Amino acid sequence: MSRVMIYKRFERFWHWFQALLIFTLLFTGFEIHGTYSVIGFGEAARLHTLAAWALIVLWLFAIFWHITTGEWRQYIPTRNGLFAVMRYYLIGTFTGESHPYRKTTRAKHNPLQRLAYLFFKLMITPVIWLSGLLYLFYNDWPVTLSGALELETVALVHTGAAFAMLIFIIAHVYMATMGPKLASLIKPMVTGYEDLEEHR
Amino acid sequence: MKNFAWNRSINRFSGLSAHVALAGALVCSGFSVYGAQRPPATADHSKFEALQGPFENAQEVTEACLGCHTEAGEQIRATTHWTWTYEHPETGQTLGKSKVINSFCGMAITNEPRCTSCHVGYGWEDMRQPPPTADNAVDCLVCHDTTGDYWKFPTLAGHPTYTPREWPKGSGNMVQPPDLEMIAQNVGASGRANCGNCHFYGGGADGVKHGDLDSSLVDPPRSLDVHMSPDGLDFDCADCHTSWGHEVAGSRYQVNAADTLGIDVPGHTDLSRASCQSCHGDSPHPQQKLNDHVDTLACQTCHVPEFARGGVPTKVWWDWSTAGRLDEDGQPITEYDDHGHPSYLSEKGDFRHGENVVPTYAWFDGTVKYTLVDEKLDVAHPPVEINRIEGSPEDPGSRIWPFKVMQGKQPYDTERKTLLATHVFGADDSSLWSNFSWPKALKAGSEMSGMPFSGSYDFIETTMHWPITHMVPPAEMALDCASCHARNSRLAGLPGIYMPGHSGNIWLDRVGWLLVAMTLIGVVLHGLARILLKGREKS
Repeated sequence: MSRVMIYKRFERFWHWFQALLIFTLLFTGFEIHGTYSVIGFGEAARLHTLAAWALIVLWLFAIFWHITTGEWRQYIPTRNGLFAVMRYYLIGTFTGESHPYRKTTRAKHNPLQRLAYLFFKLMITPVIWLSGLLYLFYNDWPVTLSGALELETVALVHTGAAFAMLIFIIAHVYMATMGPKLASLIKPMVTGYEDLEEHR
Repeated sequence: MKNFAWNRSINRFSGLSAHVALAGALVCSGFSVYGAQRPPATADHSKFEALQGPFENAQEVTEACLGCHTEAGEQIRATTHWTWTYEHPETGQTLGKSKVINSFCGMAITNEPRCTSCHVGYGWEDMRQPPPTADNAVDCLVCHDTTGDYWKFPTLAGHPTYTPREWPKGSGNMVQPPDLEMIAQNVGASGRANCGNCHFYGGGADGVKHGDLDSSLVDPPRSLDVHMSPDGLDFDCADCHTSWGHEVAGSRYQVNAADTLGIDVPGHTDLSRASCQSCHGDSPHPQQKLNDHVDTLACQTCHVPEFARGGVPTKVWWDWSTAGRLDEDGQPITEYDDHGHPSYLSEKGDFRHGENVVPTYAWFDGTVKYTLVDEKLDVAHPPVEINRIEGSPEDPGSRIWPFKVMQGKQPYDTERKTLLATHVFGADDSSLWSNFSWPKALKAGSEMSGMPFSGSYDFIETTMHWPITHMVPPAEMALDCASCHARNSRLAGLPGIYMPGHSGNIWLDRVGWLLVAMTLIGVVLHGLARILLKGREKS
């Protein structure tokens, strides 16, 4: 066992700031959607737009970081060990088996995580952004676009993606509690360090 | 264009002198701001020899006015204020007060001396004829009196009274003849009260007709009208309703529903300021998202959140079918509602009044089409639309506008299936208000107007749309987002708009929340199972 920096400072900043922004966006977004009325439509819309811009800027940095550090490779999907991980979450976790995946700094996400995060990064987020930006700039659509696309379609796609995001968050937050102890997996995301059995 | 500007300036200058003279000491104190806003006059009408009098009647004042303002009479006679006719450029209909029927007192014709008391002239007693043609038949004073003492007596076809006369009838209140010399020497630009003389009292009493025009606008608090309030900009009607040779901008028959010209720059645009955009432009908000609304909404939709806000109620329902009911002694009845507004008059039937009324919203391109008196009605599908507003979400020239929708029941010819001319006013043996008999009143209405009537009539429900544009409060009192962007939206039911917070897809929501719930249940069950099984493991 060795204590290693598994989540770099930027990565942690990115993760938690993104979490804050996504919670803000979900909360204000469903208020804009009309699900409830807490802070008022106008304020919700203002905060929603603000948080969206902040998230976009954050992502620009994150993309740069992923490319320059090569960390993007962490998300390359693999089938190797995928079913073992799935079996663990469905059965093993109840029968006291240990997690089949041994994380390393170069492969810190298990195959299921890789898939989930890749889906988050390549599907949910781009769809929510693209539809969100179209939504935000609805009035500035070029004629060719406004002739082909209805605001309603954009709104429904955006709402659908928001549901996907909410579901992802619920599952993600829950699974973050599935380490040996409740906070085992969360702590490294705060401190950056985790005790790993390094086998290089 | 130069002439136009010059004329306007003169009007303004002369207006000031009168205001100053009357305001007296106030000028030196609180009203000094007002004085600073209006440039000083170049003419003091009290110094004009022609205005020293004495004047036998109001026409003699007109003659004196025309002595200097040589073109004014001709100009007036070319306007809708005079002709009471309007050729609609879009629909081809001939409209105007002399032609249309409304959902208040019906038609002006056959009720002349009463209705024509608001004609900008003297002596139009028979509307089958055009207005009188004499030069001195034009009424300058109703628009240019600044003393407030000039009043066109309600039953004298446009004249003020020249002898002490009781009004309202039976009230014991005597109206004294106006001091024409004093009035003539204090003429000036039209103020709010001048226009209000007629436009605030349409439909028979204060505030009845428009809903956004009533006597509360003579001296409105800022919260009622930010532009017209003396505590605000102290605008006169004419500051927006600019005129060109006495032709006043702003029409309710052909509304400028979407002014895309923007700010009115003299010499470059149309010199008409009867739209919000002509001063505020078309992107007036500091927040871009609010400006994004201007291609869909009229300014008034958010900025006139309610009408009839000044303490004067407006009529929203008028059922003529119940008129004529008398008490046991054969005397006319007056009943009042809980707010003290009349709810029944034997002369007029049942009413409902409203204050702080939330408008009805509709797409509007500015064109208003009327159901004229000779038009066949679709009696099987009431209500009859006394006027129809045109516009649609697909039309780039349409905006969502606020309206007062006047409702009620009006007489129609059951055989000819047309609306009817109603003879309501007159000290004769046929008018409704003197005789309380619909058959007589309708027969007389037909005979006097020459409009056909089969003799059989009934009442049909009608609606009439009145665009709302006045009573603009300060911006902080405008509607908030959630007035429309909410489940319970003011714009609910309007076609062609997707409004976040209001619109949505019920199935997307159902499926979305179902999946969220299933995920939650899934993690809760999974978590519970972990806890339970772990506990068993240890034991």
